[in-house]
Amino acid sequence: MENRTELNRNLAQMLKGGVIMDVTTPEQARIAEAAGACAVMALERIPADIRAAGGVSRMSDPKMIKGIQEAVTIPVMAKCRIGHFVEAQILEAIEIDYIDESEVLSPADDVYHIDKRKFDVPFVCGAKNLGEALRRINEGATMIRTKGEPGTGDVIQAVRHMRMIQSEIRRLVSMSEDELYEAAKQLRVPFDLVQYVHENGKLPVVNFAAGGVATPADAALMMQLGAEGVFVGSGIFKSGDPVKRAQAIVKAVTNYNNPKIIAELSENLGEAMVGINESEIELLMAERGK
Amino acid sequence: MRIAILALQGAFAEHQQMLRRTGTDSFLVRNADDWQQQKDGLIIPGGESTAMMRIINDGGLFEPVRNAIAGGLPVFGTCAGLIMLDKEHLGTMDITVKRNAYGRQLGSFHTVHEMRGIGEIPMTFIRAPYITAVGDSVEILAEIEGNIVAARQGCQIVTAFHPELNNDTRVHELFINSVINLRAK
Repeated sequence: MENRTELNRNLAQMLKGGVIMDVTTPEQARIAEAAGACAVMALERIPADIRAAGGVSRMSDPKMIKGIQEAVTIPVMAKCRIGHFVEAQILEAIEIDYIDESEVLSPADDVYHIDKRKFDVPFVCGAKNLGEALRRINEGATMIRTKGEPGTGDVIQAVRHMRMIQSEIRRLVSMSEDELYEAAKQLRVPFDLVQYVHENGKLPVVNFAAGGVATPADAALMMQLGAEGVFVGSGIFKSGDPVKRAQAIVKAVTNYNNPKIIAELSENLGEAMVGINESEIELLMAERGK
Repeated sequence: MRIAILALQGAFAEHQQMLRRTGTDSFLVRNADDWQQQKDGLIIPGGESTAMMRIINDGGLFEPVRNAIAGGLPVFGTCAGLIMLDKEHLGTMDITVKRNAYGRQLGSFHTVHEMRGIGEIPMTFIRAPYITAVGDSVEILAEIEGNIVAARQGCQIVTAFHPELNNDTRVHELFINSVINLRAK
């Protein structure tokens, strides 16, 4: 199993510098792949629609996911509910490339996350601070993303979570060795993970940004704040010109430090998704699963 | 010596780290401006070849990169980098490649295997391709169960696995030596 964990961390390394796009149909998956997505997230409804519809949101129909697996050659991810290990077993059975144990869906367990070490397929999990990130890694997640606030088109929460994780990492790095034990206690995570962050100045797995990214500038902002890649959910297929916007966000992530190129990419993109401000949200998905 | 690393998407930082360990200077290429810098060799990393192709095409890099390799610039491609050099993409190597040849992520694996000119080395395959056919000018460097996973054609070296993921710099040294040999000529 040690070997699988390493292989699964390695796949996340191959996704770095890339954009993972939410898609709901094989057609959208093909558009995303052609636009340069490094992976797609297959789901029945994008977060903005989940938010609008309300009610209980569950894993997508395996048949729908299979349709997307057949449509593209890039990795296909899919979401299961927090703690719903049978949904995860189903996704493993259809050979999904990555499972997102996601707060976007309704949680199935308000205490326990999935024991991800029991699975051969990799898991990505959301986090809004270092403690959450390291707890998910301890449970076997081989990739982390910020929670952000999905389906809003508002980047503020992704920014907040990324800044929080980075500043907590810097704090651990600056500590003396004997302070790490207390830090591990406060973060509610094992000492060896705290020690790893202290020595390496980063998480032991790849860390992406997610939640509310809607423009090339949003994507570049997250990269400059330390993200190693970006998930874009509702931002693409809820916009006026998905093809153009998808391509622009892909190139903005590659050239995130080049304002001239991002300026060119930001021209004539059509309508961005309308978005909801943080203060107008009734349901904070980021508060699910700590 | 200075090596360019194509940094459009994927595991380019890992290659830079490996080069650093061998004491080799390198820089990242994200766009046509970066490409202008003087370079003695090129590394194309692992990642998603469809994403890299989209960015290399739209960024005005396809022709310059292809022409430089065709003109003799030494190149080392791993996984997606191997795909990029095949007949259907940059077309500088006379190889035919099967993408995702080992299936999805559940088919990814790690092994230790013989590579010609090096010996036994760790090999990590992540949703990897392999080479199904090679032209006469291509030398096969490693085969696993009859499938070609490493090859060389002149100054071009490719591996279907990821030497940048293991703590073993010997494949990078093989590439650096080929750059040094070329410069000595």
